[in-house]
Amino acid sequence: MNMPIYMDNHSTTKVDPGVIEEMLPYFTVHYGNAASRNHTFGWDADKAVEAARERVTKIIGADSREIIFTSGATESNNLALKGVVEMYVEKGNHIITQVTEHRSVLDTAKRLEKSGINVTFLPVDSNGLVDPDDVRKAITDRTVLISIMLVNNEIGVIQPIEEIGKIAKERGILFHCDATQGIGKVPVDVQTMGIDLLSYTAHKLYGPKGIGALYVRRKNPRVRLSPIIDGGGHERGMRSGTLNVPGIVGFGKACEIAMKVMKEESARLLSLRERLRKGITDSLEEVYLNGHPARRMPGNLNLSFAYVEGESLLMGLKEIALSSGSACTSATLEPSYVLQALGVSPELAHSSVRFGLGRFNTEEEVDYVINRVTETVNRLREMSPLYEMAKAGVDLKQVRWRK
Amino acid sequence: MPYSDEVIDHYNNPRNVGSFEKDEKDVGTGVVGAPECGDVMKLQLKIDNGVIVDAKFKTFGCGSAIASSSLATEWVKGKSVDEAMTLKNTDIVEKLHLPPVKIHCSVLAEDAIKAAIEDYKKRNGG
Ligand SMILES: Cc1ncc(COP(=O)(O)O)c(C=O)c1O
Repeated sequence: MNMPIYMDNHSTTKVDPGVIEEMLPYFTVHYGNAASRNHTFGWDADKAVEAARERVTKIIGADSREIIFTSGATESNNLALKGVVEMYVEKGNHIITQVTEHRSVLDTAKRLEKSGINVTFLPVDSNGLVDPDDVRKAITDRTVLISIMLVNNEIGVIQPIEEIGKIAKERGILFHCDATQGIGKVPVDVQTMGIDLLSYTAHKLYGPKGIGALYVRRKNPRVRLSPIIDGGGHERGMRSGTLNVPGIVGFGKACEIAMKVMKEESARLLSLRERLRKGITDSLEEVYLNGHPARRMPGNLNLSFAYVEGESLLMGLKEIALSSGSACTSATLEPSYVLQALGVSPELAHSSVRFGLGRFNTEEEVDYVINRVTETVNRLREMSPLYEMAKAGVDLKQVRWRK
Repeated sequence: MPYSDEVIDHYNNPRNVGSFEKDEKDVGTGVVGAPECGDVMKLQLKIDNGVIVDAKFKTFGCGSAIASSSLATEWVKGKSVDEAMTLKNTDIVEKLHLPPVKIHCSVLAEDAIKAAIEDYKKRNGG
């Protein structure tokens, strides 16, 4: 077993060796600018970009003329929200999103709010799911965009995209989906899901960092956007800047591999995830699952370990890369807003750990992690005054804490 | 952010973990912080004739919180109650090389010592 163990695949992923191999010549041999029209370096680069475009759109069931390459999903989300709001300003000034979106959607929506746009932030239920009926009820005749993510990055829950897409279509409102965590993990089809704009990024699916895309529907309806980056008019004027050719080639290859292996890989990850969940919950008491137990992407497990603070747990697992919703891992000292939106108590949010299984994790690693987590939680519980009080029968909710 | 060697040492080998019987007359107990804030420290002192003869702690919190309380127990042992009252959180910050976002951990440890002494005094009629 190789150490350290990487189990933080929602944060980013290792680049697949097949992806690297395809990218390399675009640094060393075909290093032309895809916008150069007068020599073979440019033509070769352009050809590679167009081939990659086919692959990147195929995985979402779209046409190759329907995507804009960006620097990643953060930019795609910014472009979708800001671009639509600016373009459709005559039609309305209201957008709908929900509280557990990634910061690149939430903070963009908050900025739009400051400039006079009305934003509805829908709640989620205790499983982390949005109620499509809430979406329907939030729509007004001034609504121009609905933005709901496919898979949540912390708890892995899968939103009812198809139902929301149907509602958006019925009411003639554009529907944007941040599918960053879902692409290559769960099936995505912009037609059946009724998606008009979709954000994704290569580095979450074993591709390189710094390259992403925004799908923009061309017909039924034709979506128009105002660009947020001006310049040389690349990507049909929607996103200026020299194309990241090796990145795009890698993104294409990553999508191709993902399409090929997704079915088998999902089944394997689901079985590893369940092994991990069962292994941990069988050996430790008072471990709580965050997010819907079944409607979640295969590689995600998010657990709260009562009486143990998340960051201290990760510190005891230093040879294992994981992530925590504890405040101590953020600059704000606030625990995960996603878990809080589910109604998870702040103390359990502080005690949460996200396990992100991916393509390169093995059963042996899962078993090792089960043992190390068990051992470390037990050790920290022995040091925890909360555990001691709970064992002595004290109701922690009734204690008057001295802050 | 990487932890300092001192924090790692206290986290891996915490000094004086445990509990005294809190109703014993010579024991002072301080419990500070709150679960919803992500840190709770329980610090106990055993006091004989104005001198802290033993100390124990239990902490729910990040590595820096554990290290701060571990260090605090180490420091107060053998000190007089009056000396212990003068311990400053900044001494802990310095010794553990805590970054700015972790300073509250050291404040909590200072508060825990004071709370434990207060408790001792209250229960011993002074
Ligand atoms: C749901 C979601 N949206 C957007 C992003 C941002 O992606 P990128 O790192 O490509 O900007 C991430 C990744 O952190 C994510 O998980």
